[in-house]
Amino acid sequence: MNPALLLDPLFAGPFLTGLMFAMLLPLLGCYLRLRGEWLAALAFAQTAAAGSLLAMLAGLPMVFGGLAAAGLAGSLKHAFDGSSHTTQGAAYGLLLLLGWAASVLMVSNLPLAERIGQALFDGQLYFTDQSHLISAAALALASLFVMRLLSQRLLLAHFFPDFLRARGLSGRRAQLVFDLLVAGALALATMSLGVMGAFALIFVPPLVAFAWGGGWRQCLLLATATGVAIYVLAFALALSLDQPFSPLCGLLLVAFAVLSGVLRRLSAGR
Amino acid sequence: MPKPLLDIDALTAGYTRPVVGPLSFRLARSEILGVVGPNACGKSTLLAALTGSARIFSGQIGKAAGLQISLQQQQPPAIDGLPINATDLLALTGASPEELPPWLSTQLGKRLDRLSGGQLQFLYLWSCLLAAADVVLLDEPTNNLDPEGTIFLERVLQRRADAGCGLLVVSHDQRFINAVCHRKISLG
Repeated sequence: MNPALLLDPLFAGPFLTGLMFAMLLPLLGCYLRLRGEWLAALAFAQTAAAGSLLAMLAGLPMVFGGLAAAGLAGSLKHAFDGSSHTTQGAAYGLLLLLGWAASVLMVSNLPLAERIGQALFDGQLYFTDQSHLISAAALALASLFVMRLLSQRLLLAHFFPDFLRARGLSGRRAQLVFDLLVAGALALATMSLGVMGAFALIFVPPLVAFAWGGGWRQCLLLATATGVAIYVLAFALALSLDQPFSPLCGLLLVAFAVLSGVLRRLSAGR
Repeated sequence: MPKPLLDIDALTAGYTRPVVGPLSFRLARSEILGVVGPNACGKSTLLAALTGSARIFSGQIGKAAGLQISLQQQQPPAIDGLPINATDLLALTGASPEELPPWLSTQLGKRLDRLSGGQLQFLYLWSCLLAAADVVLLDEPTNNLDPEGTIFLERVLQRRADAGCGLLVVSHDQRFINAVCHRKISLG
């Protein structure tokens, strides 16, 4: 492995773009996992991919299509917020299927969509440019600011819903803003990391951090550190082994989650 | 006569149909009012009506201007597998951990899913009871508490009332209600 490759100007931009998402997605994933809504993340990513393809076919910027479709999915999800977990899970599943079916049909029938579709599903981090980096950095900064404002309300809505209501406050608006933020983040992340690469980063680090975190702040730090560490390792390995980044990152994250699970069991058995 | 914190007038409340009422009572500052009655007589529905979660079919709920209400729910949400510790939970409602009973003050760094049922119940109680509020509504606060925890709770309720807070306590525990409440109303 040649660490100098990470500093090569050709790869520095893509590396930094992915790094923004590696820091942001695990953080957002912790709040999704808190509410048992991690499946919604996959639905958002898949819907964003379908929206991007549709925008490209319509001659519009793909990023707008992705953001619009994911935003629509976020709003639809919000409509199910008061429902039972079973109903919510079914709604996310249907949304996921809709995004997948629309994407695959477009890819299968329209030659123009085929190449881009493949890139969206597999990830195209090495081909991202400065505009991707700027939008990823802006999103990461904006998200950190918004999450500082939303965090307590989201946690209160989960642990003390009646307390919040008794104060004449509602968690619903905070939840809607959060859903739209997640949808937007996944739409942009899907453009560079691909559907499953983005999902892996929002799903796996929180899974590990929830098992080990002794408190909420520690959990957020652990999830972010896990996401960043695995991302850097995957990027370096993909470059030196000449492998596609997203599947390798997904594989490393799964391996890390399994290792964490085994260690957790061993430590619990002691 | 000072204005009451809560002034309930001929209130009938429920969800799809009326469950409780008509009911009239007042809650004054520094008063602990007990609400007793058999299962399913609408004790929790009354609290839900006071916080806007249940439908009001008739009557009125008068509240003092700028009234801050804190409510402890009977069923805490599922916490299994969540990386939240006792300090995190108290910080959410702004409840101070000072003066927690010794058997809980040493557990502040522990995750909620590693606390006992009684410790968890007391922690939720404390979070709502010690939050900044003019009125505190408690729903079956002695559930899962051992005698030591119940006695500690009685002292805290009294201290909170002495500080000017009005408390409405729903409980099936007659001994607790008799020990702590200044007066009581019966439903059903």
